[in-house]
Amino acid sequence: MIYLDNSATTKVIPEVVDVMTDIMKNMYGNPSSLHGLGVKAERLIETSRKILAQELGAQPQEIVFTSGGTEANNLAIRGTIESYGHRGKHIITTMIEHPSVYDLFQKYEQEGWQVTYLPVDQQGKVNLAALKQALTKDTVLVSVMHVNNETGVIQPVEQIGEILKQYPKTLFHVDAVQSFGRLPLHPVKHQIDLLTFSGHKIHGPKGIGALYIQKNRRIAPMLIGGGQEYDLRSGTQNVPGIAGLAKALLWIKQKRVARLPAMESWKQAFLKSIEQIPLVKVNGAINRIDSVPYIINLSFPGLKSEVVVHALEAENCYVSSRSACSSRTEKVSRVLQAMGASDQQAIGSIRISLGFLSEADDLNRLSQRLCKVIPQLQRVMKV
Amino acid sequence: MKYDAILLRYGELALKKKNRRMFEEQLILNIKEKLQLFPNTSLEREFGRLFVVLENEQEPEPIIEKLKEVFGLVGFSPARRVSSDLEEIKKATLDIALNQPSSYQSFKIESKRSDKQFPIRSQQLNHELGGYVLANTERFAVDVRNPDLVIHVEVRGKFSYVYGNDILGLGGLPVGTSGRVLLLLSGGIDSPVAGYLTSKRGVELHAIHFHSYPYTSERAKQKVVDLAHLLTPFSGTIHLHVVPFTEIQTEINQHCLSSYSVTIMRRFMLRISEAIAKKHGCLALVTGESLGQVASQTLESMHTINAVTHYPLLRPLVGMDKVEITKISKEIGTYETSILPYEDCCTIFLPKNPKTRPTIQAAVKQESALKIDELVSRAVEGTELIVCETKHEEEFDYF
Repeated sequence: MIYLDNSATTKVIPEVVDVMTDIMKNMYGNPSSLHGLGVKAERLIETSRKILAQELGAQPQEIVFTSGGTEANNLAIRGTIESYGHRGKHIITTMIEHPSVYDLFQKYEQEGWQVTYLPVDQQGKVNLAALKQALTKDTVLVSVMHVNNETGVIQPVEQIGEILKQYPKTLFHVDAVQSFGRLPLHPVKHQIDLLTFSGHKIHGPKGIGALYIQKNRRIAPMLIGGGQEYDLRSGTQNVPGIAGLAKALLWIKQKRVARLPAMESWKQAFLKSIEQIPLVKVNGAINRIDSVPYIINLSFPGLKSEVVVHALEAENCYVSSRSACSSRTEKVSRVLQAMGASDQQAIGSIRISLGFLSEADDLNRLSQRLCKVIPQLQRVMKV
Repeated sequence: MKYDAILLRYGELALKKKNRRMFEEQLILNIKEKLQLFPNTSLEREFGRLFVVLENEQEPEPIIEKLKEVFGLVGFSPARRVSSDLEEIKKATLDIALNQPSSYQSFKIESKRSDKQFPIRSQQLNHELGGYVLANTERFAVDVRNPDLVIHVEVRGKFSYVYGNDILGLGGLPVGTSGRVLLLLSGGIDSPVAGYLTSKRGVELHAIHFHSYPYTSERAKQKVVDLAHLLTPFSGTIHLHVVPFTEIQTEINQHCLSSYSVTIMRRFMLRISEAIAKKHGCLALVTGESLGQVASQTLESMHTINAVTHYPLLRPLVGMDKVEITKISKEIGTYETSILPYEDCCTIFLPKNPKTRPTIQAAVKQESALKIDELVSRAVEGTELIVCETKHEEEFDYF
């Protein structure tokens, strides 16, 4: 099997499984309980929190655990609007966000908020001039993802942070689900107030994620109850999930120095090898500065991405059409459209995403299969 | 730009001529312990100066962060080390000028020529180098009175050192040069700060904590262990003595007037502390008391409590307001742990109306029903020693 859908989710590594199994068997206390078993679980959470905070150059108490990226994004945006909404009625995001951000902004737009959706260029990069133009003293929140989940294009969040230094009352949220653990990003250095990350994109478990909240910002919780996680996220903590996330991060930190440059060379070789496929188009920036080595987005105009995905599956090869979360809906890719792609191009796109268990050969074999399958499909579909 | 060395400055030591060698040696030892984390460094001593030499592109910032925990160091400067050749010095000077925060707009050069063989005199060197920086940069202007940036140039024999503004260190005296004290560590905001400030004067820390299980929880004890660990980057290893205090507290509760219970409890704490201090060679006790904050810290209260010991009692916070104490506690990183809301032995049996002006006579009378020596020696015997080292033993083997 060739699994190249790691931006949808990753295989949990055995080291993480072992840690989580042991915790479920032996460290099952409720971290809020007063007795020793509870204390042990609580200390485990705090140790994990420190490991995660360190990666962001943050303080442990700035990390709040959630059920995943979607919840963290919701907490960041809803919490900001509830706490700081009185400061103005304007919020800014981009046209290429994940639905857990984009659709939430649409909801606020329907409720009467003034929303700016920043455009991107053909390379898939957010337009900074448009941001400068849109910002006003009334802007409550700016939310921009770090790495786009469909194209792998890196957004200029450092520069956005620089621009926002002149707007100290505007909060800055970064959805870093597709970059956490792989690209360095220190929220403190770049004026980032809120930052989302999640476990299952880095070979950790599903059902766990977190939000970094800069310590001087007070956002409102969405869940009310026992007051866990500094009152910001009530509900008994997912202890094995939290420790599994920390373990996965430590594992990836060991691997990334060697793996990321390797992936970059595999990616460039792969892109070269598929040039021979008729009509193929690579979407978004592909250079090493503007894009990550582990996400590649291709279009085959005239073919539906669904058909390509299934044809590859028949060859035991797993890739994605657009992002996994939205691929059930029969719509063209909003992200590719924002980049100025034609409908044909946006319908026929597939995403290939590497993980830290991927090997060079995975992309070689995918390339061979694409070179075989695509021309066949093009003949049948009379492209 | 890459730095070649970090110049270290230690001020107060120079004043103490007689002990200078001992202070320096201890300081070097303490610095070397921090440098263990950085294999690409070495410590060099030259003309009464200390340098951390950086190899293999080692960045100075993480090292400076660690050296900011060493008492006795007053300042650091990441420096270029070049051969004593005018062209080389010029280039290094420009490198330093270019590598500054964008807010810096004015500068001056301060040259020192300890090597009188070097052909250019300091004044002339200032002019040459200043002119070179002006010619090759746009934002800078010279300001000799109040510059944003001072570029220091030291010509010392074969090598010359070029560096910018000083980064401030903690000051104080190297830990290990002033003997040993016993800190009464409660778990609140004040006592860790008191420990930090005493440690700043070069003493080695032992700490004592009173634990009243089950009235105080496992979390309260763990919190104190954590606080001790948070102090170790500054103080080095801390020996923490955890005293079983339940029996004494219940005895006081049963036999003494509740308005005097706090006074008597604290008198017991001092008796036990003195015994532990003697046992471990500590020459003074340290508390986080500040005058008049709470009932037990009025002058009358201190007087009555202090009467049970002849040991020197240091109160480094006595002149401070809560705001100042809190500020230090945040700076040294103990605040967040200190404010965790666990009951400690001081709050658990807190009476409704504690006596704010207790007298020695009344306290002695209240204590007459208690077997003081027996209670104290049992508590001392049952004391548990926890050694808190700088290198934290990992609690979980998962990671």
